[in-house]
Amino acid sequence: MSTRHILLGLLAGGPSHGYDLKRRHDERFPQARPLAYGQVYTTLQRLVRDGLAEVDGTGSDGGPERTAYRSTADGSRELARWAGEIAPPAPFVTNEIFAKVVVSILADGDPEAYLRAQRAAHMERMRELTAVKTAKGSDLATVLSADYALNHLDADLRWMATTAARLTTLTAEVDTA
Amino acid sequence: MSNQGDTSVPLLAARDLAKTHGRTRALSGASAELRVGEILAVTGTSGSGKSTLLHCLAGIVRPDEGTVTYAGERLDELSEKRLSELRRTEFGVVFQFGQLIPELTAVDNVALPLLLAGASRTDARATAGEWLERFGVRGQGESRPGELSGGQSQRVALARALVTAPRIVFADEPTGALDSLASEQVMTALVGTARESGTAVLLITHDAQVAAYADREIRLTDGTVATAGVAA
Repeated sequence: MSTRHILLGLLAGGPSHGYDLKRRHDERFPQARPLAYGQVYTTLQRLVRDGLAEVDGTGSDGGPERTAYRSTADGSRELARWAGEIAPPAPFVTNEIFAKVVVSILADGDPEAYLRAQRAAHMERMRELTAVKTAKGSDLATVLSADYALNHLDADLRWMATTAARLTTLTAEVDTA
Repeated sequence: MSNQGDTSVPLLAARDLAKTHGRTRALSGASAELRVGEILAVTGTSGSGKSTLLHCLAGIVRPDEGTVTYAGERLDELSEKRLSELRRTEFGVVFQFGQLIPELTAVDNVALPLLLAGASRTDARATAGEWLERFGVRGQGESRPGELSGGQSQRVALARALVTAPRIVFADEPTGALDSLASEQVMTALVGTARESGTAVLLITHDAQVAAYADREIRLTDGTVATAGVAA
């Protein structure tokens, strides 16, 4: 996840200060890890250094003094370039579930029992996400974020079901050999 | 009913069911319980026995072995007359395809179970209209099934399954022919209505995202229950 591009995206709607950008990020990406304030301010300074954002002004509005930032024309172009750029499909499977199954087979463990337990944990998380998504008043960002997570968990489950079926076949072959 | 409203007691229970179709053993010692108001997903691969389990639990077919108990009555021993009465008054059924009568409008399809139960045509159509409203398809009330989209058709079928206020709805792949958004609309309508009315749902699906609407999942493999998840 590119924090600098996410912040440029949030600035596309108009000038904003660091505190507000952090709050809006956490609202828009509810399933993502919340941004740290330090990360927001460091990233804003780098955007300014690179000419992608600039200071819009400072104000206190009765509270502590805050610096507002706005995107530059270069920032808008960079954001458009990044948003249209194809994300490369992951070339290597590095998922922990995959690794555990492989290790379990190598170590003569019980990958089927692990897959059953992992499926139950995935289903539990999918029930939670479905409840979040279908709750009355869920906003679009929450629904999209839950959809994304649900589809990825579902992909894991399909792989686990196929793997469990392959393990059964393999075991049958070994038993009859 | 002895267990009306008691969510800790199984409303429907199957024990050690076996069923063979020709030379194929569809169920082999399957057991399952559905509690009052619970939404239970039954998942598994094709041929794992999901639909046969639903048919046995709904009293549509009798198991070769084992017992099915509904609210204290042994379904596997009941007369056809009593089974038919239960299916008409206490059970609602939704399948993947073709359950609507093509010659009738949507509102008349939903009114039909009420007419069979003795309601007047005016009352039945009025109640049917309310159920179509609840499922967001009131505007399609005078359309015939052939004029409805897949999602609209399934929502009409759900309205028809729920119009008699059954205690259990049996849904066999109710979203199997739908795209993901239509599937979501159908599941939201089914689960929302079931929870409001305290209706239990036995949901057969091969789709984990559909199963995630349920309180609990049991997973069939080769006619037996491989895993029985616990409600959150």
